[in-house]
Amino acid sequence: MDVFLQQLINGLTLGSIYGLIAIGYTMVFGIIGMVNFAHGDVFMVSAFIGLIAFLLLTTVLGITSIFLVLAIVLVVAMIFTGLTSWAIERVAYRPLRGSFRLAPMISAIGMSILLSNFVQVAQGPRNKPLPPMLPDVIVLMDNNGYQVTLAYKQMFIMILTAVLLGGFWFLVQKTPLGRAQRACEQDRKMAALLGVDVDRTISLTFIIGAMLAAVAGVMYLMYYGVVNFNDGFVPGVKAFTAAVLGGIGSLPGAVLGGLLIGLIETFWSAYFSIEYKDVAAFSILAITLVFMPQGLLGRPEVEKV
Amino acid sequence: MSSPLAGDGAARPSPFAAALKDAVVSGVITFLLFLPLVGFRATESGSGPLTLTYRFGLCATFAILVAVLRLVLHLTIWRPGRQKAARGTPSPLAAVGGFISPMAKPAFFALALFYPLIAIVVTGGLTPSRYWIDLGIYIGSYVMLGWGLNIVVGLAGLLDLGYVAFYAVGAYAFALLSTSVPINDWMAGHLGENFWALWSFWVCLPVCGILAAMWGVILGFPVLRLRGDYLAIVTLAFGEIIRLVLINWTDFTNGGAGIASIPPISFFGIPFTAADDGFAARFGLTFDPMHRIIFLYFVIVALSLLTALATLRLRRMPVGRAWEALREDEIACRSLGINTTLTKLTAFATGAMFGGFAGAFFAVRVRFVSPESFTFIESAMILAIVVLGGMGSQMGVAAAAVFMIGGMEMLRNLSFLKSDWLLGPDFDPTLYRMLIFGFAMVAVMVWRPRGLVSGRLATIFLKERKKVSGDLVKEGHG
Amino acid sequence: MRRWETDPILTVDHLTMRFGGLVAVNDVSFTVGRGDVTALIGPNGAGKTTAFNCITGFYKPTLGRLALAHGGAPTTEDVEALTAAGQAAATTQAGALFLLERLPDHKVSSKARVARTFQNIRLFSGMTVLENLMVAQHQKLIRSGLLSPSALLNLPSWRRQEKEGMDRALHWLEKVDLVERADDPAGDLPYGDQRRLEIARAMCSDPVLLCLDEPAAGLNPRESAALNTLLLSIRADYGTSVLLIEHDMSVVMEISDHVIVLEYGKKISDGTPAEVRSDPAVIAAYLGVDEDAVEAVEAEVGL
Repeated sequence: MDVFLQQLINGLTLGSIYGLIAIGYTMVFGIIGMVNFAHGDVFMVSAFIGLIAFLLLTTVLGITSIFLVLAIVLVVAMIFTGLTSWAIERVAYRPLRGSFRLAPMISAIGMSILLSNFVQVAQGPRNKPLPPMLPDVIVLMDNNGYQVTLAYKQMFIMILTAVLLGGFWFLVQKTPLGRAQRACEQDRKMAALLGVDVDRTISLTFIIGAMLAAVAGVMYLMYYGVVNFNDGFVPGVKAFTAAVLGGIGSLPGAVLGGLLIGLIETFWSAYFSIEYKDVAAFSILAITLVFMPQGLLGRPEVEKV
Repeated sequence: MSSPLAGDGAARPSPFAAALKDAVVSGVITFLLFLPLVGFRATESGSGPLTLTYRFGLCATFAILVAVLRLVLHLTIWRPGRQKAARGTPSPLAAVGGFISPMAKPAFFALALFYPLIAIVVTGGLTPSRYWIDLGIYIGSYVMLGWGLNIVVGLAGLLDLGYVAFYAVGAYAFALLSTSVPINDWMAGHLGENFWALWSFWVCLPVCGILAAMWGVILGFPVLRLRGDYLAIVTLAFGEIIRLVLINWTDFTNGGAGIASIPPISFFGIPFTAADDGFAARFGLTFDPMHRIIFLYFVIVALSLLTALATLRLRRMPVGRAWEALREDEIACRSLGINTTLTKLTAFATGAMFGGFAGAFFAVRVRFVSPESFTFIESAMILAIVVLGGMGSQMGVAAAAVFMIGGMEMLRNLSFLKSDWLLGPDFDPTLYRMLIFGFAMVAVMVWRPRGLVSGRLATIFLKERKKVSGDLVKEGHG
Repeated sequence: MRRWETDPILTVDHLTMRFGGLVAVNDVSFTVGRGDVTALIGPNGAGKTTAFNCITGFYKPTLGRLALAHGGAPTTEDVEALTAAGQAAATTQAGALFLLERLPDHKVSSKARVARTFQNIRLFSGMTVLENLMVAQHQKLIRSGLLSPSALLNLPSWRRQEKEGMDRALHWLEKVDLVERADDPAGDLPYGDQRRLEIARAMCSDPVLLCLDEPAAGLNPRESAALNTLLLSIRADYGTSVLLIEHDMSVVMEISDHVIVLEYGKKISDGTPAEVRSDPAVIAAYLGVDEDAVEAVEAEVGL
């Protein structure tokens, strides 16, 4: 029970991060039907931007309030990651829109390779460690020395995720931008005919997805205290798995999928073997797609003859 | 792409002012993009905490470069009015292609055949030509992998992002079989002391292909009813699963340390050694380790040729036509009684088989296999070769392999940039290889989304074999 | 003579197809006569294409039985026995009997020999006209195996087989007047030619029942007339039964032996063209009024 509770907390934390990245995949897939392969690397870039901002604020400007630092880091990471993602869409995907289906996919793979190697060249190949942030924990249970703890940073991650999702839901459901987005998802041509600026809507989709990934990136940095140029691929694939598991195109699905993947991964590591945790995640991806391609909350696709 | 950043407002004061504005805007955006990760660097200082170093100058240089480049482009290639004139007339590249294409195949074949000779003559000896022949083998492997994947992606239209899995199956199958002590002992007891060391490659080659094909069927069966990007992602997942299993199943695969001391290739049972029964002595040559390398080169040429010929033959058979029909329209295929699952499986398995052959060849060439050789990047590279070459086109794929692999290899030799007045002695060109590779992938896709050679040749004809233009050829949904 | 009553090739019993809450086809029963041209007509959204997709195996019906007989009319016992046996196919005295709803789509074509065309033409547009016709003969050409060695090595036995296929393709090219375009990509053909090529392609798979989904849609009157000739010749020269969905009443009334009318997923009329034409229910359906009001409306529009 105590191990279970601890893993539940850890899993939900990890799942929040995956869920935030997964939204980026699901939104882009929903609106232009492409798997944005570079999204995982955008997440990694955002963690690096967060790292630089953190160092700048603490070592150069000497700000000591950790919450102020985190708030500024989040905003900075969101702005610059949004800009990066906008530029990627502009340069690598938009010229290929409406062409050959494979072309944007290859372009996205190229972008993914480009981003991770760019960071490697610009920031060096070694792990970048940070001093631990918010190290305090709340002891929830003490069972003969085995303490079930909830770290402040875990709490921070979960609360921030919940707040962001609320805001994000409002954005998609209640604002003109969200309406334009949903219209483009249904029928891009028709939306354009009705006066929706499709290019702008798609750009904004990329920016919003990247901003959420940036929050995930900063959380990742804060949670693990270390980041490496290679850290985009595996979380990226897992977040994509989450999006698929939840039903790609469905926003609540992405979050649900993220939480599930986070839980499965932590429980698998705790109860089975930590070496095979990635195998477990990839297997779930394959199994979901094979047996339930529409995911948990997605709509089944009827084949048009 | 006209003027994306300046907007498409109708009232423009003058082309130059618009171009200048665009250049400034793009310069500023570039500066902002590069600011966090190029302008600053988190530097490790011993074991202490990270410190920041600054490179604003570098950042500004990039921004100015981009601005100037865009300004020049706006005033030349993107000049208003120019684009319309350029359209309509066929590009000079197409004209050159049309002129060259009848001669391309024989020329390419002759070049492949005489390449070692040319390398030896140009470099002036066997030993100095080693680098070039190795490069030839390396490119040859990718030509073969590209042609193998081409069956799956180019003909059947199934997007496979985990092709490297079959390459790994072939390589590990050969590594495990050839270093297996029980097999060696059994063979030694029945067929002679050195039999297994000498013949293992030739015996295992078909076995590896068949094993890889079997894996193709096993992995393909559950996933082939998926469509499009889903199939791509599942194949990617399978590729990663196989790699992770190779890393973690230490008892079987020796984990990340890999399998070493794989027996070298023999000339059909004659070893490439200095001994009396070695290749050199038997054929009255002076011993040179390069004999083995040159032989390896011809083996990969032969294997690639086998792949090409098999593909050519398959395309003219009902099964090959069914693959292409599947790429064009799966529903119509079913309405004509084609079992699409079976047809997809044959494509998947055939492609996997050639991947398995290539894997066995990789293992016998390097004589060492480890999971590191079978990462997703490898799959991406092979797929990029196929797409860049123009899906379905064998010559295109071969050309793309030469460009990409040769080009990446050339990037290793950028040491002239190390001189003090350029980037300084700290500059490590190999670091930039993958960066440039990724950039090239994006750039080529934006430039030619259909690859170098688009279009296909008909497999059967009444009066004349016509080329079907790339615009009509579909890319498949599966 | 009502062949659909004496010698049906296809017997549709209680066909029902639901999509979620929507009932697209609701308990429809009819028969298709061997050697007849049968037309399935009805207003838009009547469920014609859905019924078609069930017959050709693309949809699995929610309920119902689709019995297709090769050779001759099956006895009721045969059909009942096969239904009860839970199998999809059986040999009978006359030939063979298939329950189409139990066959996977590709077997509906390869085993039961039902071929079809599509409302929105589905040619292999990146392949040449000839290649399209060769793909259609897939079943015939893979008799010796999908990867038969004789084909892999291009042995004479294979070349003979391929030659036969070529000849059959050529025959159909002549039939639809496309010999000149044989080596052109199918996607380059004009619309009318594409329609004819699709029919030729379906016929190359050697069907007993040819299902055409709006073959005359988008054709000009001359092309439409040529289509009529082609369809009548298919029936006369090859003995292939034809089932078609059509909106063009001139085609329907001119060439069909038997007309079935659907409206809102239900069958409202069934008979010879003359019978159907004078059926008040049909007139009501096409004019969009209740049956009782037909006479009033007819008087109004001067019928």
